Amino acid sequence: MFNFHKDHKNLVNTALSGFVFLSIIVAVLPAYQLQDVEPLPKQPELTEEALKGLNVFISEGCVACHTQQVRNIEMDKIWGARPSIPSDYYYSKQRLDVWRQSPSLLGSERTGPDLTNIGKRQPGQQWHLLHLYNPRSVVSVSIMPAYPWLFEEKDTISIREDDIIVPVGPNFYNKAGKKIVAKEEALQLVAYLQSLKQPEIQGEIPIDFIPAAKKKREKGNAEQASNSLPDGQQLYMQTCSACHQENGQGLVGAFPPLAGSAVVQDENPELLIKIILQGYDARSEYAQMPPFADQLTDAEIAAIANHERSSWGNDAPPISEEEVKKIRAFVTQLN
Amino acid sequence: MSKKIIGVTIGLLLPGAVLFAQSKAISTNNWLMNPGIIGTLILIAIILAVSIIILSYRLNAYIQGLKKKQSSKERLAFSEELIALEASEIDEILAHRKKALAYKLSGAELGSDRKAVDDKGLITKVSNDPENPLFDEKKKTAISLETPDDLKKVIIYYLGAAVFWLVFGTLIGQYLGMKFVWPEMDSISWLSFGRLRPVHTNTVFWGWASMAMIGLGYFVITRTSNTAIHSYKQAWQAWFLINFSVALGNILLMAGINNGGGEYREYIWPVTLLFAIGLVITFRNFYRTVAQRKISEIYISNWFILASLLWTIVLVIIAYLPNFQNGLGETVIQGYYMHQGVGMWFMTFTLGLVYYFLPASLNKPIYSYSLGVLAFWTQMLFYTMIGTHHFVFSPLPWWLQTVAIVFSVGMFIPVTAGTTNFLMTMRGSWSQISKSYVLPFFLVGVIFYFVGSSQGSLQAFRFTNYVWHFTDFNVAHSHMTMYGIITFLLWACIYFMLPKLTGKEPPQALVGAHFWLAFIGLFAYMISMMAGGTLKGLSWIEGNAFLESVILMRPFWIWRAIGGSLMFLSHLIFAYNFFFMIKKEQVVEIPARRLQSVNV
Repeated sequence: MFNFHKDHKNLVNTALSGFVFLSIIVAVLPAYQLQDVEPLPKQPELTEEALKGLNVFISEGCVACHTQQVRNIEMDKIWGARPSIPSDYYYSKQRLDVWRQSPSLLGSERTGPDLTNIGKRQPGQQWHLLHLYNPRSVVSVSIMPAYPWLFEEKDTISIREDDIIVPVGPNFYNKAGKKIVAKEEALQLVAYLQSLKQPEIQGEIPIDFIPAAKKKREKGNAEQASNSLPDGQQLYMQTCSACHQENGQGLVGAFPPLAGSAVVQDENPELLIKIILQGYDARSEYAQMPPFADQLTDAEIAAIANHERSSWGNDAPPISEEEVKKIRAFVTQLN
Repeated sequence: MSKKIIGVTIGLLLPGAVLFAQSKAISTNNWLMNPGIIGTLILIAIILAVSIIILSYRLNAYIQGLKKKQSSKERLAFSEELIALEASEIDEILAHRKKALAYKLSGAELGSDRKAVDDKGLITKVSNDPENPLFDEKKKTAISLETPDDLKKVIIYYLGAAVFWLVFGTLIGQYLGMKFVWPEMDSISWLSFGRLRPVHTNTVFWGWASMAMIGLGYFVITRTSNTAIHSYKQAWQAWFLINFSVALGNILLMAGINNGGGEYREYIWPVTLLFAIGLVITFRNFYRTVAQRKISEIYISNWFILASLLWTIVLVIIAYLPNFQNGLGETVIQGYYMHQGVGMWFMTFTLGLVYYFLPASLNKPIYSYSLGVLAFWTQMLFYTMIGTHHFVFSPLPWWLQTVAIVFSVGMFIPVTAGTTNFLMTMRGSWSQISKSYVLPFFLVGVIFYFVGSSQGSLQAFRFTNYVWHFTDFNVAHSHMTMYGIITFLLWACIYFMLPKLTGKEPPQALVGAHFWLAFIGLFAYMISMMAGGTLKGLSWIEGNAFLESVILMRPFWIWRAIGGSLMFLSHLIFAYNFFFMIKKEQVVEIPARRLQSVNV
């Protein structure tokens, strides 16, 4: 019947229909069904500004290096509190316009960090602007491209009130009488990045992380030696070093140094812990620091504080989880 | 007896047990002993082994040269023996020799005093120093094939465009590779990494590989159908459309206008539409030609070529239809599309070319026709189903991921069928490898076909995905396949076919330089990205800060850039060879004075 060797019509028709059939089963139908999701109850819609920022994000090709998916395996825990679910993409993955389709936000390569929760990890606008103007001005070993075309040089006199000045350090921009001012696109992009916060799910989380066997065993050991704190240096690298730098020197004009800081080395750690919990915006020469009360546990804060108090020439007595707990209780009471 | 049965049962269950255990908790303690990783290491070892075999052929030739030196030493020993002889003995020998030297030929011993003339054109090259060639002389191409001038022109223009896109696309790739080492190289928006990366991938995909494949396809379709092409005009229309779409698409990408960032479908739909129309025209042209064939059978190459065009047209339509692309629908389509773009278009078409060019260059039939048919249908069945393996552990449905993983393993069937067929065709002709400048390209391509595809299957396993996904290992895999398989095979086909069309062969030393630079470059590229990618994955699993994985990659990125430079250099040589082959024949006038000196 199917004389493929001699009947070209038959051959071509069979190959076509076979492929179309398989494609419908494995791609078109599942894709069609997956469109049918609803947003999470507390999930905020993208603001107009953030949506414009998403357009900049796509047009600069950021998805080539940054994923936006927390996989359900333990190593992805640092990128979000729970594995990503289809609803997470309800507002962001819609067709952009007539010419462009729904953006490929999930990504396939993590040359840079995952951005699912970047709005929570790095809430400050100033940090983002500095980072976009030149990533190496805040993260010295970064290999991310700089985006100077999202900014403009302005004479100090012609700067308007509503212009947002980027405090680029002298090593990266140093022209007398001129400042770097963020263009609209930069502000939109930052608004989009700030909006990236993994929405919380009330009640039971539908899927959990697949644990790594090794970590499980370590946990067992850790429980035996109950008093030990987590690795402060590692936590510092993950949470604090983007601004205060690995060497604790901070950045002139943007983020204060921790090395040699009186606050960090104070015998009484109260102010240090308060700043970590509540954030800090008391000194005009530096950018605002976001609060970390929701992101870090008492033990983690104690570990970070101890790392800061004992590194880069700092030498102050260690603090315990208990002290942090007390101050947290006091701070929550005030609020 | 019962012990044996238990042993066998345990043996059968164990791999299963390992797989099931992975879905619960993943342990990296013994990552080196994981089947996926062991498999990959073995596959890399295969490539190394093959390159060693090729090298050993070369070494053999060198050793032969050394042996000659040995024999001259023996001659020296003989003359020392002469010195030791008695005077009277020497006198006797000399007298004998004198008489022999005095003997003169009359000049007509062989019954002829005609001049020596090569009437049948058997002598192609006269060497003054046959004892010491720098490189082994390769066999010259056999008689050139009669091809209509119109077809010749079409093919040469397709290949010419392909060569241009190869050099352009890999120049961009090389520049991108250097940006990993020197991120501050420029701060021009049109040259920034995010915009330029899709320019590299799309150019080598739709520009280089696609144009080269279609150009070679015109040759295969007409020869295996024993007829002229249906329409030359349509061939030119498709040529303009595809080139225009790649050029326009690249300019738009650099201007920051892309379809949404999904890999290989970064061109916005009006641009891809031009490309798709080009494909439709090409399909019609090929199909009509096959329909008018002068032999009753449709050769297996044409199965692959026609199907790949058809499948790719369907693929592009599905990829760009807007009705099911919102939310994660887009992600499902993305996995499907990016895998099929490689599997249904490049792989299928190139296999079709190999089914013709490999047997042709060995001057014998393909080992098994039925195996080719099996490979064809299994290619369609298994390849189509595995797209979601790019999104293992993602929020896509678990069943879709599992289907993708299972069918990825099924890919061993078409891959093994194809590889066996090609290697068995080569069997018995191994000695020709050292005599041909085409076969090493085929051999590397075929071996990479097995290694690259199998490695891809292994990478789809949950454990290997756990370590390698999102790392630079993916980049190694895509270069292993698009470069090691597709590009090497296309080069083989071009080096085989073009001299037969134009009657001009490229300089052999330069073909050799092209081969070795590309091969060594690819190897450096691949190994550095694999090693770096693995370390990166392990660093993430350890829970180290992300920045540490950036710092640890630095030496590997440098090695990648070095490998990439070698690859790019080889493309420049290839471009030179190409222009050498298609250059119009020039009538060389030899001055009379030189002629006289030759006669003397």
